[in-house]
Amino acid sequence: MNAMTHTTNAYNFGFLDEYAKKEVRRAVLKAIAIPGYQVPYASREMPMGRGFGTGGLQLTLSLIGPNEVVKVIDQGSDDSVNAVNLRQFIEMTCPGVSTTTKTAECTLVQSRHRIPELALTASQIIVLQVPYPDPLVVVEPSEDKRKTMHGEADYSRLLVKLYEDIVKFDEITISHRYPTRINGHYVIDPSPIPRWDVPKLNDSAALVLFGAGREKKIYAVPPHTRAEPLAFSDVPFRVEDFRDAAGRRRACARCGCTDSFLDEFVADSGSKTWQCSDSDWCDEQLLRTEHPQGELA
Amino acid sequence: MIPPILQVDGYGKHFQLHEQNKLIPSSHNVSFTVRTGELTALIGPTGAGKSSVLKGIYRTYLPSAGRILYRDVAGHELDLALASEHQILELRRREIGFVTQFLHCLPRQTTLDVVAQPLLGLGVPREEAKQSAAELLSAMKLPERLWSVSPATFSGGERQRVNLARGFIARPRLLLLDEPTASLDPATAECVIGLIEGLKSEGTAMLAIFHHPETTRRLADQVVELAPPPAVEELLKEIA
Amino acid sequence: MNKILEVRGLSKIYGPGCPQCLESTGPEVDTNLCPHCGSVVAIHDVSFDLFEGEILGVMGESGSGKSTVVKALYFDQAPSGGEAIFYDSDRQHDLFSLNAAQQRWLRNHRFGMVYQNPNLGLNFNISAGGNIAERLLMSDLMDYGAIRERAKALLARTEVLLSRVDDLPKNFSGGMQQRVQIAKALATRPPLLFLDEVTTGLDLSVQARILDLILEIQQELKTAMVVVTHDLGVIRLLAGRAIVMKYGRVIETGLTDQILEDPQHAYTQRLVASAL
Repeated sequence: MNAMTHTTNAYNFGFLDEYAKKEVRRAVLKAIAIPGYQVPYASREMPMGRGFGTGGLQLTLSLIGPNEVVKVIDQGSDDSVNAVNLRQFIEMTCPGVSTTTKTAECTLVQSRHRIPELALTASQIIVLQVPYPDPLVVVEPSEDKRKTMHGEADYSRLLVKLYEDIVKFDEITISHRYPTRINGHYVIDPSPIPRWDVPKLNDSAALVLFGAGREKKIYAVPPHTRAEPLAFSDVPFRVEDFRDAAGRRRACARCGCTDSFLDEFVADSGSKTWQCSDSDWCDEQLLRTEHPQGELA
Repeated sequence: MIPPILQVDGYGKHFQLHEQNKLIPSSHNVSFTVRTGELTALIGPTGAGKSSVLKGIYRTYLPSAGRILYRDVAGHELDLALASEHQILELRRREIGFVTQFLHCLPRQTTLDVVAQPLLGLGVPREEAKQSAAELLSAMKLPERLWSVSPATFSGGERQRVNLARGFIARPRLLLLDEPTASLDPATAECVIGLIEGLKSEGTAMLAIFHHPETTRRLADQVVELAPPPAVEELLKEIA
Repeated sequence: MNKILEVRGLSKIYGPGCPQCLESTGPEVDTNLCPHCGSVVAIHDVSFDLFEGEILGVMGESGSGKSTVVKALYFDQAPSGGEAIFYDSDRQHDLFSLNAAQQRWLRNHRFGMVYQNPNLGLNFNISAGGNIAERLLMSDLMDYGAIRERAKALLARTEVLLSRVDDLPKNFSGGMQQRVQIAKALATRPPLLFLDEVTTGLDLSVQARILDLILEIQQELKTAMVVVTHDLGVIRLLAGRAIVMKYGRVIETGLTDQILEDPQHAYTQRLVASAL
């Protein structure tokens, strides 16, 4: 890639030095080789606070090449503060790299809390920012013991949490960070994506990478790998259904879509509206209704 | 002639009390046989070690001397003095019963459960075992109202009937009886004697100690008279 | 009758150990603390057999090492020496040569443990039913309805009110906590159960009912048990055979009634005499 010679500013291409990138890439390779396994790595200090996506950013910066087309989203939106800041940082430190808001056009997505509605392809990579990489942390404080539990695929205590959930609420109430078993062994915390996005991990054409900067872990769901949300055989996993009191599927107030993940907005008057969480998807739907197919070209 | 089911040969028992540094003789050089369908009675003065013989056979006491040859249901001969604990437990479960003067049972168990217990240990279904227990208790004239309460509150005679019923119910091949009629009124004692005769005719071998010489006379096929063991000094000389 | 457990020469020494440890400790010298190196010889050369469906009592005072025996067999503490073979139907496991994962598998599936302190056996932050569910989930039972039914059946069997199945065990009485522990230990129908001073510290009436329950379970399920206690009454009630320990050594072994009526060792004679 010989990125060093392209450097014209005070920083190396991609901000990280080449040794740091190599280390991250090695961790990525290991993470792909052992689907769902949390690979430790030497998370670098970044010029922003831990918890602002430094893990995802290090993955992006280590994988990025000069011809990359990058999309950065935060909770589905390209325009929220975190997404804008990270995009600007990437543009600043990776000369030549282009950015886009269009899911279909990008080669790499860095995302916080969502996976785009448009199915990703084999030529795309998605990087998810992870605050808490270990799903077992809620049941076992000792990392040492957690490692053993992961090694033996002993997730009984996690399942007990689900059991207690059903006892209390008659259903599993986990709304995001839903524990998901990868390739029949390791259970991962898929980052704070909603349940809606969990099925997208299963048999995904695109490589899914997870980076936790503060917790110094990288893990992956390689393309076409099984990803099964934990559930009971008689209480299956289900995604948000967005039904109103009458049982009708709510539609996006902006584009009218009835098969996307919706955000709820409460107006000052107290009335509620729903709108696509994925802004690019919403735009595309609008475009499609305004210019029915065929006219676009 | 069928070999005896039990052959006791030179049985001796003494207790070594470490704390007081004392040797207590209990039984000495006891020999006799017990045959299938027969009752052998042990007689002798208090202190002759009659109970000690029964306990030695049942291995509640570890014998100090002699052999206790038992022929099991498969015809194998076994020295009970040397048998492993598991062998003894198995024999107690299947072949050898012991009825003492006192009823040792779990507190809080109903009389029916106490009596049915040995059958449950042999794998008999609970209802069937309870049915057998009920039949036996009514044969022994224990009032039915007592069956569902614990024997802990019973009179001596009632308790002893429960004790005997438990000892009889599994039809052991060898039954050890230590004064089984001692605390019974004449009518109940008579009923127990009838039961013992019944067991004998069914082929149970028995070794018994009776309080009344009259009972011994009526039931015993063989009578073995025990003499008190020699004084400690004699015993020590012998052991040395 | 088949053997289920064979323990040979089990030892556990806390501390560096030295060549004089063994001769300087034990019942003859009245200590388990080696005066030369300061090591504690918790147990040394403990051997016994356990048969299917049998209850073996392990009795002794505190410091006799009786709890260490079951903790070693349940893999709570690795022993310093000795071996134990667990005969599980047609398979046999050399317990201390298994790797940690195999040991945990046996512990979760084939053994059960009831501790004196319910805190060790129960997770106080999840419900009584959840505690049982955890053990069932370890065995890959993944049907919520079936798990719940089994948890309720076990709690009913151990006489815990079903209205309390979703309550936290920390709000239970001591006797009730022990019942939940027993239910949890039995969840996977293990053929081997360890009970460590399970009735110590409970009211007498509660003790009696727990002991009844243990006996009933032993008769119903034919579970083999190792019962550790300092209480001769518990041994008399539960155990067919017993071993007596003092300062880490087995000083006497025999049928329970024989140990109580004809104890051989000076220490056992004193123990029995002081209890009766």
